[in-house]
Amino acid sequence: MSSPTRHRVIALYKQLSYLGREYPAGADYFHKKLKSAFLKNKDLTDPAEIQKRIDLGDYICKEIEAMYHINKYRAMKKRYYEDTQAENIQKKIESTNWADGGQAKH
Amino acid sequence: MSSNLRILVACKRVVDYAVKIRVNAAGTAVETANVKHSMNPFDEIGTEQAIQIKEKSGGKVEVIAVSCGSDKSQETLRTALAMGADRAIFVESAEELQPLAVAKLLKAVVEKEKPDMVILGKQAIDDDSNQTGQMLAGLLNWPQATFASKVELAEKAMTVTREVDGGVETIKTPLPAILTTDLRLNVPRYASLPNIMKAKKKPLTKLTIADLAVDVKPRLETLKVTEPPKRQGGKLVESVDDLVDKLKNEAKVL
Repeated sequence: MSSPTRHRVIALYKQLSYLGREYPAGADYFHKKLKSAFLKNKDLTDPAEIQKRIDLGDYICKEIEAMYHINKYRAMKKRYYEDTQAENIQKKIESTNWADGGQAKH
Repeated sequence: MSSNLRILVACKRVVDYAVKIRVNAAGTAVETANVKHSMNPFDEIGTEQAIQIKEKSGGKVEVIAVSCGSDKSQETLRTALAMGADRAIFVESAEELQPLAVAKLLKAVVEKEKPDMVILGKQAIDDDSNQTGQMLAGLLNWPQATFASKVELAEKAMTVTREVDGGVETIKTPLPAILTTDLRLNVPRYASLPNIMKAKKKPLTKLTIADLAVDVKPRLETLKVTEPPKRQGGKLVESVDDLVDKLKNEAKVL
């Protein structure tokens, strides 16, 4: 069972689980998805394939952080800045699909 | 970049930005019991700015986070430590502190720690006072650069781009100085789990108001807190005639 990537995978799981506590759709929803995503790949043996999944996990971490930041930034913008510039930025943010990559597809 | 810079960052614990704010039953304050709290977003930007200055200098800068308030403000300080501050100072106060009281407490901390720069959020998202930084600058008789959206440090001076009505203003100020952050200054980092664990071991000094010998008596009294009026629901109209009728008789705009 022990492998060189074992610690890396556990750390990734913990980090994602930690990030999921603030997930807009609820921590429970996130955690279920997270667990099933990890379980799905539990039998992987090819090191290259495992590394690919870990990279995907790291990418998802970054996307979630970006999503949280954008949510906060947008809330602040909406509350405290009411000029056309803010509206333009808001429109730009809304037309960009930030959250999509943040959610595990599998 | 000057060597051995010391930066003090003020962090306030506020009701989380995503929480739906409710007024308490007595109508005297916002409900804070059993509500999620986090670091004031503008203070997060300030903390990030201090850490970025530290990282650029190659570690020659010391970042000290400071918070005044209830026991739980220590959680906010741990967040700042997890982001990368070196140590923290917690000033305990059972009572709610008003901006002037916080400015006085920060002045006492500044006199103790002798930082080259104090970074504060431009305002807290709970009371929206936008006063503490300015008051601290006044009390210390230091120059202030408020609403910063860009900061460049030089030897014993900094150039700050400020957000002003309808544009930006660039100013240069010698250090020591006060800096207050605007929203566009930077993107605050999200503390990683290992860093949160490490932050638990970083030094956190506890002080009381008596230690600093500061008068924190409130000068302002909150008379009433009310929720904004509820938005009235829209109506569907059957036809154009119906719409004209409603505009005439209900909205009275025609």
